[in-house]
Amino acid sequence: MSDNKYIDRRNFIERSFRIGLGAAVAGTAGYTLLKLTRRSYVWQIDPFKCTQCGRCQTDCVLPVSAVKCVHAYDLCGYCDLCGGYFKPDANELSTAAENQLCPTQAIKRQFVEEPYYEYIIVEELCIGCGKCVKGCTSFGNGSLILQIRHDICVNCNECAIARVCPSDAISRIPVDEPYIIKGDFSFTNKS
Amino acid sequence: MWTRRGILFFVFTIVLTLWAYSQHQQRFPRPEFETGYEQPDATTPEPRSGAVELIDVLVLTLALSGGVWLALKKRSRKGILWLSIFSLAYFGFFREGCICSVGSLQNIALSLFDPGYAVSLNVLAFFVIPLVFALFFGRIFCGSVCPLGVIQDLVVLKPVKLPHGLQTVLGLLPFLYLGFAVLFAATGTDFIICRYDPFVGIFRLGAPFHMIMLGVLFLLIGMFVSRPYCRFLCPYGVLLGWMSRFSRRHLTITPAECIECKLCADSCPFDAIEAPTGDLSAERTSKNRNRFIVYAILIPVIAFAAGFLLNRAHPYLAKANSTVYLADLLVTQPEMQFNTENLDISTFMASGKSLATLTEEADAIRHSFAAGSWYLGIFLGLVFGFTLLNQVIYRRREGYTPHKGDCVSCGRCFDYCPVQKHAENTNHE
Repeated sequence: MSDNKYIDRRNFIERSFRIGLGAAVAGTAGYTLLKLTRRSYVWQIDPFKCTQCGRCQTDCVLPVSAVKCVHAYDLCGYCDLCGGYFKPDANELSTAAENQLCPTQAIKRQFVEEPYYEYIIVEELCIGCGKCVKGCTSFGNGSLILQIRHDICVNCNECAIARVCPSDAISRIPVDEPYIIKGDFSFTNKS
Repeated sequence: MWTRRGILFFVFTIVLTLWAYSQHQQRFPRPEFETGYEQPDATTPEPRSGAVELIDVLVLTLALSGGVWLALKKRSRKGILWLSIFSLAYFGFFREGCICSVGSLQNIALSLFDPGYAVSLNVLAFFVIPLVFALFFGRIFCGSVCPLGVIQDLVVLKPVKLPHGLQTVLGLLPFLYLGFAVLFAATGTDFIICRYDPFVGIFRLGAPFHMIMLGVLFLLIGMFVSRPYCRFLCPYGVLLGWMSRFSRRHLTITPAECIECKLCADSCPFDAIEAPTGDLSAERTSKNRNRFIVYAILIPVIAFAAGFLLNRAHPYLAKANSTVYLADLLVTQPEMQFNTENLDISTFMASGKSLATLTEEADAIRHSFAAGSWYLGIFLGLVFGFTLLNQVIYRRREGYTPHKGDCVSCGRCFDYCPVQKHAENTNHE
C-alpha cells in the first residue's frame, strides 16, 4: 500500500511538471505566434547601403560566396571605358587579362555598336568580391550591384556576412520580393 | 524685409533642386541603340518557395511520428537506424543543415526580446514540434531525426563509460551554452550555436577549415565518447531533456517485466541506463537529509552570487556585440577615427553617422546585457544548485530503466533484453 502511495506521489509530481512544461512551450509558441509573419524571410543586400568592403566574398559560410554581382542593365551606360571592367591604370581598352579589374575574369565584354559595349557577368566565375561594383559605383552609373543569390544561399538563421557587414546593408526581406535591384533612378529609390 | 532671409531661401531651394536633379541623373545616360539590341534582364533566381518549407515541416512531423512508432511500439533498433539515416540524408545533406531545431531556439529567443523581429511559421514549427513530441514520448528527435545527433550516432565505435562525477560536471556545459546562446541571440549580438555548429560544414561538404576540423574532431572523439556534442554541449538537448524527463510515455528497455539480468546496462553507449536501487541505510538517509537541507538553503545564495558576478562581467560580455565594440574603441581611442586600415571604422566614419548616435545605440545594447547577465547568472546558479541537490535525492527504482532525461531513444538496448514479448502473457497468469 505504501508502495502505491509512493508511486502515486511520483506520478503526481511528474504530471504537474508535464503540464507546467507544456504550458511553457505553449506560452512561448503563443507569444511568438502573436507576431508571427506568414511570409518567410530571406537575406538580401541593400545596394544603396553597400560599401563594397569585400567581406561578402570572405565571410559567407559557403565555400564560394552566395553573393554575386548582378548587372542592373537599366542603369548601364554601356561605356567603352567601363569603371567596373577595367583597372583604373589599364594600358588599353582591350579584353586582355592584365587590364581587367575582376580577379576571376567573370565579366564578359561584348561589342554592341559603336561606341557601346555590353558587360555580362559570368556567374560561375563570380566570387562576390565586389571590386567591379566599387569601380562602377565610383566611376560609372552604379549598374553593377552585389546581391545574395537565392539559388545558392542556404538562408542561415543568421547570415554570417550580415554579422560582419560594416554598413549594415544586409537584412531580412520578405520572400515575395527577394531582390533589391537598382532600377531607373527616376522612379525607384528603395531603401 | 524679405531680402536677406528670402535670398538665402532662394539660393537654398536652387541648390536643393540641383542636388535632387543630380541624384536622378545618371552620369552616363543609357544609349539609344540603332542595331536592335535587346537589353537582357538582371539575373534573379527565385528562392525556395513556401510550399517547399512546408514540406520540411511535414517531413519533420512524419519522421518524428515514425520514430515514436519504431521506438515505443515496434521496438526496432534497425528501423530507428534506417529512419535516422534518412533524416541525416534529408535534413543534413539535402537541406544542408538549415533550418535546424537546435539553431531555431536563437530565432525564438530573438523574437521574444526584439519587437522588430518576427519568426516565420516553419522556424516556429521546427522549434516547437520536437519539444511537444519529447513531452509525450521522450527524446525521439535526438535519436532518429536530428542530423547532428545521427551523424555522431553512426560513428560510435567503442564507447567508454565516463565516471559519474565527470559526466555530471560535463553535463553542466549545455546549460552554459544554452544560457549564453540565448543572451547573445536576445541582444541581437550573435547566433553562436550556428557559428560554432561543428557538423554543418560536413553537411555542406565545404566550410572554413576550422569548422571542418571541429566537426572531424567531434566525430573522432565520438568514436569513444559517444555523442559528445549531444551530451555535453547541445543547448536544445537541455530543453528536450526537461521535456523528456516528465514525458507521458517513454521507450522501455524490456517489453514486459525486467528480470534484472543486467544485460542491457552495458549496451547503452550514452550511460543513460540506471540500475535498480536497493533500500538506503538509515544512516545514509539522515546524511542525505542534512545535505538536502544545506543545499536547499544554498541554492538561492548561489543563484544570487552567480547573477551578481555575471552582472559585474557584463561590460566584457557586451563587447561581443560589434556596435558596442566599435563604440568602445572610438571612445577610448579617439585617434582610431583616422585609422583607414580598420574597415569597420572607416566605413562608420564615411557613413556620416555621428559618434553620439553610435554610443547611444551601444549604451542601449549594454543596458540589455546588464539585465540579461543577471538572468543568465541566476539561471546558471539555479542549474548548479539543483545539480548538487540531485546528487542527494534518492529515487527508488525497480529494474533497469532508461534515464528519461538523458536517453535519446536510439533503441540499442532492445536487442539485449532477453525477455520476450510473449512472456508478458505467461507472467500474468
